[in-house]
Amino acid sequence: MNTTRPLQYSRRSRWIFWTSVLLLCAWVLLPIYLLVVNTLSSPEAVTQFPKRFVPEMDLTSLEFFASFSGITKAMVNSILVASVTMVLSILIGAPAGYALSRFDFRGKETFRVLILMTRAFPLPLLALPLAVMFIRSGLDDSIFGLALVHTMLAMPFAILITFSLFSGIPIELEEAAWTLGCSRFQAFRKVVLPLILPGIAASAIFAFVISWNEVFAAAVLTIEHRTLPAFLLQSLDVSPMHLKFAGGFVLVLPALIFIFMVRKYLFAMWGIANR
Amino acid sequence: MAEIQIKGVAKHFGSYQALHSIDLAISDQEFMVLLGASGCGKTTLLRIIAGLESPSKGEVWIGGKRIDHLPPRERGIAMVFQNYAVFPHLTVFENIAFGLRMQKLDNKAVTERVERNAELMHIAPLLQRYSGQLSGGQRQRVAVARALAMEPDVILMDEPLSNLDALLRLEMRAELKGVLAQSRTTTIYVTHDQVEAMSLADRIAVMHEGHMVQTANPTEVYHDPATHFVGSFIGNPPMNFLRAQALGNGQWQVAGKSFTGPAQQTGSLAFAIRPENLEPAADGIPVSVRVVEPLGPHVLVTCTVDDNHLFRAVLDSRTTVKAGDQLHLNPQPESIRWFDTATGMAVSARNKQ
Ligand SMILES: Nc1ncnc2c1ncn2[C@@H]1O[C@H](COP(=O)(O)OP(=O)(O)OP(=O)(O)O)[C@@H](O)[C@H]1O
Ligand SMILES: [Mg+2]
Repeated sequence: MNTTRPLQYSRRSRWIFWTSVLLLCAWVLLPIYLLVVNTLSSPEAVTQFPKRFVPEMDLTSLEFFASFSGITKAMVNSILVASVTMVLSILIGAPAGYALSRFDFRGKETFRVLILMTRAFPLPLLALPLAVMFIRSGLDDSIFGLALVHTMLAMPFAILITFSLFSGIPIELEEAAWTLGCSRFQAFRKVVLPLILPGIAASAIFAFVISWNEVFAAAVLTIEHRTLPAFLLQSLDVSPMHLKFAGGFVLVLPALIFIFMVRKYLFAMWGIANR
Repeated sequence: MAEIQIKGVAKHFGSYQALHSIDLAISDQEFMVLLGASGCGKTTLLRIIAGLESPSKGEVWIGGKRIDHLPPRERGIAMVFQNYAVFPHLTVFENIAFGLRMQKLDNKAVTERVERNAELMHIAPLLQRYSGQLSGGQRQRVAVARALAMEPDVILMDEPLSNLDALLRLEMRAELKGVLAQSRTTTIYVTHDQVEAMSLADRIAVMHEGHMVQTANPTEVYHDPATHFVGSFIGNPPMNFLRAQALGNGQWQVAGKSFTGPAQQTGSLAFAIRPENLEPAADGIPVSVRVVEPLGPHVLVTCTVDDNHLFRAVLDSRTTVKAGDQLHLNPQPESIRWFDTATGMAVSARNKQ
């Protein structure tokens, strides 16, 4: 029968497909799983092996972590820095994205390349001059100063995501609104904004996550006002195992949740259709 | 009063000149159709009138006021876009109501106008849908209804019916014309469908490669094309052209026969005749028949003259001809037109006699 061959073939390729999927998922999920299990185990169980499949839901590590002095303050700092970063990168990034997609100006292409180049520039190289400049201008060890650096890191994404969002909205929609009685600003508010709002929110959350995860600049530029990653980097070095897991857990969880929330837009940015 | 004057409008896109010094005057309540081949600048001209594009040169006046410096919303126009531009985040109802809400009309008036115009465009059952749930033709009618609902002084329509099937288009065409005449709107309507142009227009403005070549009523455009291009563009099948050689004394030799034409003594002209103005006659132009296509009331006979010039005739369907026949076709003398071969401009045979 000549129908069996394609059947076998498709069975085999399906098998390869699912194996790859499984491997990739394990690659990503296994560390997260271990992190969760260890965090929710009693401090004694952390070092034991083999692990229980379902964690014992022991909250001692987390409770201890929460009472660890300075944690709450670091968390608040992190949230503050990330929020300022989010607001700044949208306030600056969205108009830049709009200009890139709607206007022709000299050096537009160069500008676009430059935006990407900022990501290629190694931060450690900038650290020393930046620190000196911050100290001179009094921005060192402040929430706002760190947020400025994080904004610089998040902005290329904010600009490129909003650029692609605006470009996806035909200019004729705005023009139609103009002929129907809108000023340029009204047309933006009534037509463009509703269409890109979810995307803007996504790119804001992405900026938040970038700031939340950033550790290098935070460690170099702050002393008193450490963000969570910088604080953990400094103090968990010397902490017991179960505390490290709890710290990692607290750090990873919001990032995971947020990225999951905005996955549609990230996929869109990378050109993958169907969620 | 919303008469429109376009004075010497030119438009450059970089080094490319899309419009060459366009002059056009449209009177109040007139239905003007812009006709021309794809890429000749119809949309560009419309966008300049709407204020979506600024002219490189020239002036635009509406209702006795110069408006080319005003933003679109202050020009008293509504526009139907070639690609519809229906707002995807609003329902059909809210799309049609959009301009009315900008005018701060009260809810009752808005509902009333939306429903009336939706009825007119046969989209009343679709009012609660989003544009993603509509077909191309339905979206196009939403765009037309949205512009009509504005009840503007001037309405600009860029191929508003291009996506409808033949039957619906015929119906919409008649309704549009009725509504616009009743509401006393000045209309500029872009199309490249010449039947549509003929049936709707008070006057037709024919454009060719960024030039305005003829502005006249449909009959005149059809019977007295101002240029070679207009003659070949309008009419289906198009006008026949043959080379004419001067014999002197206003006589011209065309395909071995002599005709009375313009009084000029020398040079060459193009002799032109519409396919339906030909009759079989023993002393006519000799042609050889290539293809015979019955069209119901008529037959379209495609022939060649002198073995290489294409020549078409629309004859009575009772004429019995078949491919390969030799035929003699006589042009009705009053329907013969002459064009300068160098400039393409029409040359009058009558007033120079
Ligand atoms: N923004 C632009 N930049 C450069 N060239 C343009 C631009 N807009 C239009 N053109 C050119 O100007 C010419 C006229 O375009 P236009 O859209 O007015 O044609 P049209 O008559 O409406 O054609 P169609 O019947 O296909 O819609 C075309 O050759 C087009 O390529
Ligand atoms: Mg066009």
